[in-house]
Amino acid sequence: MGGTTERRVGVYVCHCGGNISDYVDVERVVAAIRDEPGVVVAKNTIFACADASQSEMIEDIQRHKLDGLVVASCSPKLHTTTFRGVAARAGINPYTYTQVNIREQDSWAHTDDPAGATHKAISLIKGGIARTRLTEPLEPLVVETTRKALVVGGGIAGLRAAIGLADVGLDVFLVEKERELGGWVGRFGTMYPHERDGRELIDGLVAEVRGRDSITVFTNAELMARSGSFGNYVAAIRINNDLPELVHVEVGQIVLATGFDTYQPESGEFGYGIDGVVTLPEFKAMVDASSGPLTYHGRPVRTIAYIYCVGNRQPGGNEYCSKYCCAATVHASIEVAKLPGSVHQYHLYRDIRTYGKYELMYTESRKRGSVYMKFPEDMPPAVALDASGRLMVTTHDTLTGGEEVTIPADLVVLVTGMVPRRNEELMGLLKLPVGTDGFFNEIHPKLRPVETVVDGVLIAGACQGPKNSAESVASGLAAVTQSAAILKKGTAELDPLVATVRAVACSMCGDCLTACPYSAIEKAEVAGREVAAISPSTCKGCGGCVPVCPEDAIDLRGYTDAQIRAVIDSMLEEPVA
Amino acid sequence: MSAVAVADVHEKQAGSVPRILVFSTNNISDPGIDLAGSRHLHYSSGVEVISLPCTSGVKPSWIAHAIEQGFDGVFIASDGDECAYLPDCAHRASALVGEAQAMLKERGHDPQRVRMAAICSVCAEPFTNHVQQFARLLAGLREQGAK
Repeated sequence: MGGTTERRVGVYVCHCGGNISDYVDVERVVAAIRDEPGVVVAKNTIFACADASQSEMIEDIQRHKLDGLVVASCSPKLHTTTFRGVAARAGINPYTYTQVNIREQDSWAHTDDPAGATHKAISLIKGGIARTRLTEPLEPLVVETTRKALVVGGGIAGLRAAIGLADVGLDVFLVEKERELGGWVGRFGTMYPHERDGRELIDGLVAEVRGRDSITVFTNAELMARSGSFGNYVAAIRINNDLPELVHVEVGQIVLATGFDTYQPESGEFGYGIDGVVTLPEFKAMVDASSGPLTYHGRPVRTIAYIYCVGNRQPGGNEYCSKYCCAATVHASIEVAKLPGSVHQYHLYRDIRTYGKYELMYTESRKRGSVYMKFPEDMPPAVALDASGRLMVTTHDTLTGGEEVTIPADLVVLVTGMVPRRNEELMGLLKLPVGTDGFFNEIHPKLRPVETVVDGVLIAGACQGPKNSAESVASGLAAVTQSAAILKKGTAELDPLVATVRAVACSMCGDCLTACPYSAIEKAEVAGREVAAISPSTCKGCGGCVPVCPEDAIDLRGYTDAQIRAVIDSMLEEPVA
Repeated sequence: MSAVAVADVHEKQAGSVPRILVFSTNNISDPGIDLAGSRHLHYSSGVEVISLPCTSGVKPSWIAHAIEQGFDGVFIASDGDECAYLPDCAHRASALVGEAQAMLKERGHDPQRVRMAAICSVCAEPFTNHVQQFARLLAGLREQGAK
């Protein structure tokens, strides 16, 4: 193994569990790259990001005196920082590390072509090795950040985030589209798990927000534009549609907590549209408003049939589990049982997901008389009116051998879940990606759960996916921590991947001076000759000056002419399928 | 690379899928390409990506080099109007592609081997569609024996 070059590179090819190795022959990849010039160590690893794998890399770097590191795993958006950290802890320069994306841009895109995916992985890694062999040690650039944050959305997640950000000493702008703060929770009565009233919770949070001078609240307001860059954004906010002027605020981070909508059944879907068939939010409002026996349109409600998973876990529709609705329904049924009068409650479900401590509510609801019947996935309940105009719900109870059961009901509750809020304008102006479920995507669900691919834009609450209020608050506070970690320092580190001029080749034609809108390039005298000089702290690292130089005298660090050509050449050494 | 050597490269690739080099950008189009993979949208495994900070930093000579060394085509997954660095990025990138096409033409290559489209961070399907269409075009060029 190993070439004759002066660089000593370690290469680690990740299985990512089976995310990569189910489609890419990782052992074959390692065998194909182990004799590449400069490669001293070549290994595969089940999870490159695991602590044990990182320790092994550090050990290898130190034992084999490596001076370059390549990890072929997921998108660089996820783990560039992780493995630069590994390099730094091992004592080598972090910028001698290259991450090769063989998951999002290989195994996941070619699940139909394992042979092609394997060739492509080899090709991409050869390119990564070539790039690494031409890296140079660099130090990060430091930029000052604006110690202010913008929170978009005044529901429970946004309110808690705004308070948290203010409490760590940041100025906060809170933008809410509606006239009032509070979102969904502000309309709820008693909520699980601690029987707190949603309206009271929100009133308390709003009072805390109003009591902090460092929080500026804009209601009836919308984010209309964003400019600037990481750490120093300018947000344009329209306050009240009648006012044409926009308010501009400078912020270092943006926290999106724009919430969710609820699934609205089609007319006729499980009888929706028939008098007495309601959705979960409609039912919750009824229960919250009741102090005496439960009634519907003045009629006493003595039997309720709940139909779970309406609008969720549907092939071709919302395929995800909305996860909060089981617990919310079970809790509502307990609230009904506490009301005066006797109500028979039948829960018709595919699966009950009252996870964690909410399992106790499930037990309590059964103790209070709720009956649970599991219907087969392919035989959902049917809702119809009988000849007398009474609601009848027919289901098959798999727990009693699939027996058909017909329940006369006064009320049918369709347990509807969360759906993504339509946010096209916001998506457009922030360019935030959404997943197949339509909710905003985090960078990594475990490791970077509130960060997005847009630096400095964080997500919290149910705009990211179905969450109950406790989980929404937790993610709001995670966004606070993430924001504070950057903004409290007052500075952020940026990659030192800036443009440089080879003075000896520069003819000072001046083309690069006009190409840079940041005035990062100026004339300077070197060895008695006038040449272009680039300020590392002013240069944004776009590389826009590189192609305009007729002498090929400008290079962008990390993306030099030699590196890009070497990557291309090395990729082509491996044939495609 | 000489004309003979270029012919050798393309002869070696006969029977394989067209090979496309994509120049993407770290913050705009690369996340869109990642998203295509995350959603398991399939495209040809002959598509390989080099990511840069900004489309305006793509050197026309890199495009020519890639094609002369063996890529069938180069697709610029451009920042378009979304570029965080340069407000005139789309205009600059367009000029660079024009320059690359002229360079290829001068060296006897079909300028259709370079293509550019704006790909944003949520453009998973547009990216997949673009590279699939481009692969078909390049396969057609192969059949015609075009350089």
